[in-house]
Amino acid sequence: MNQEAARQPTYADVNRDVIRTLEPPSPMYFGWMSVVGLILTAGILAWTYQIYMGMGAAGKRTPQMWAMYITSFVFWIGIGHAGTLISAILYLFRARWRTSIFRGAEAMTVFAVMTAGLFPLIHAGRMWFAYWLLPYPNQRYLWPNFRSPLVWDVFAISTYLTISVVFFFVGLLPDIAAIRDASTGWKKKIYGALALGWEGTDRQWRHYRRAYGLFASLATPLVLSVHSVVSWDFAMALVPGWHSTLFAPFFVNGAIFSGFAMVLVLIIPMRYFWNLYPYITDKHLDAMGKLILVTSLVLTYFYVCEAFTAWYSGDHFERASLFWKATKSYAWAFWLQYVCNSLAPLVLFSKRARTHTPTLYVVSILVLIGMWFERFNIIVPGLGHDFYPYTWGIYWPTVTDTTIVIGSFAWFFILFLGFIKVMPSVSIVEVKETLPHPVKEAHH
Amino acid sequence: MAGASVLGIFAHVDTTVKAIRELRAQGFHDFTVYSPIPVEEIETVLEENRPVSPVRLFTLIGGLTGMLTGFGLTIWSALKWGLVTGGKPIVSIPPFVIIAFELTILLGGLSTLLAILVLGKLPAVRRSSTYDPRFTVDRFGIAVSCAAERAPAVSRSLSQAGAEEVRR
Repeated sequence: MNQEAARQPTYADVNRDVIRTLEPPSPMYFGWMSVVGLILTAGILAWTYQIYMGMGAAGKRTPQMWAMYITSFVFWIGIGHAGTLISAILYLFRARWRTSIFRGAEAMTVFAVMTAGLFPLIHAGRMWFAYWLLPYPNQRYLWPNFRSPLVWDVFAISTYLTISVVFFFVGLLPDIAAIRDASTGWKKKIYGALALGWEGTDRQWRHYRRAYGLFASLATPLVLSVHSVVSWDFAMALVPGWHSTLFAPFFVNGAIFSGFAMVLVLIIPMRYFWNLYPYITDKHLDAMGKLILVTSLVLTYFYVCEAFTAWYSGDHFERASLFWKATKSYAWAFWLQYVCNSLAPLVLFSKRARTHTPTLYVVSILVLIGMWFERFNIIVPGLGHDFYPYTWGIYWPTVTDTTIVIGSFAWFFILFLGFIKVMPSVSIVEVKETLPHPVKEAHH
Repeated sequence: MAGASVLGIFAHVDTTVKAIRELRAQGFHDFTVYSPIPVEEIETVLEENRPVSPVRLFTLIGGLTGMLTGFGLTIWSALKWGLVTGGKPIVSIPPFVIIAFELTILLGGLSTLLAILVLGKLPAVRRSSTYDPRFTVDRFGIAVSCAAERAPAVSRSLSQAGAEEVRR
């Protein structure tokens, strides 16, 4: 116990260690930034080309009108879910281990939703008309069709982005004030403006704490609703393999599963490069590993249900769709999804694997690949083989849409890399809250 | 009557709580407590005789406004152009619940943010005169506003409670 106490950081240590992460970056950081920047530039060029040439450049032809863009849209929205789960749901459950990782996870949410939001625009082709989706008075008295799942999506995603940003910013507020007080010159001015004059008075904390709990309670049903709404984009359609009440929980669980994998992909290098071992311990990785394992098992159960329902329904088209997915053109992607999402995470049953960073890292990457392909398998083979042969069709990626999708990863990472150098990626306040309070007279 | 303010800086939670209790006992109620993190013990002492923070009222009003807007917008606009699709009623409540739900959360969240700003008196351009940058690191502070002639008594009780530093 004494040894434990000796290793425990003090309040001042927390400030120092977290603010240290904001020191001017190393050449390696700039190296990574340049690589990511180049990939992003390629993505932007590809998008420009697509706008100039038309959607044919992205390999879109009936029936394959959704393809990689909607696959990536669902993938990125899903990534965001783990951040809200960690920051809101685990907050309500008072899971104290969340404190050192929730900030990074929340940043991931905001950036993932920002990335996801690009895809409907890219996919719309003439994205300068995207505002048509919003309800606004116009001289033709036209309003959106509120019975359309695509309009639900607009409301769900924009609410999710707004609330995530607000929740994220409110959480950052006292930490920005701490950075303001530790910095000088123009940095002090910028952080001072962003901190909005936070002083940590009893009055401010009192309302802040109440509000934080309310934000968490609002974000919890929101996060569960968002991926449900995204799943209804599919489930409301009559396409075989899509028209199922299973879709909402199936999507929400998959989203959380892939998001946890992304959290690990981001925090394991952060911990290594900034030596954040006292804050992000093996206990945290172990807990994340367990969550990945649980969500993977639930996902496997959904996969079994999906196949069973297709068979048990006795519906010819449902069965044909499943058979085609599993054995024909896209069978490799279909089986890859099971290997990555159902088999690979099973190694996490072993505690040694859960605390062994390289293993966790590899499993997380496999999960991300598997979850991207899961959405691919829903969208591409689903649309490729529906009710009658006249509407069947194969999709193959083109250079343009592949570059745009790879560019979206660069966009996400450039935002995240930028964030970790200007804002505290570990919460100063919440980490302090987990430490014992400084007391003069020990009475325990 | 000239006003004065006295600031006591503390390194420990228990001494801060002790000082708050003593100030209360001496009849001082106009003081501000600074802390780097929200502390349960300090809050418990301060919350005695205080009504619950009205933040929840903001959230409730915002949420209800959002819900009414959601139903209002969808129902009104559907009636505006009564186009039957898929044999469904013009006013189809189940899909409209989704819009109403999202707007409940959206306006509920934004009004909660508004509550933090309004009730916490933010944004503030200047730091208050009793603020010390150590309050975001590891020090707690009690700033007491009192009549000038009572300032020495306040200083004394702050130091007796265990303040590291007392400023006037």
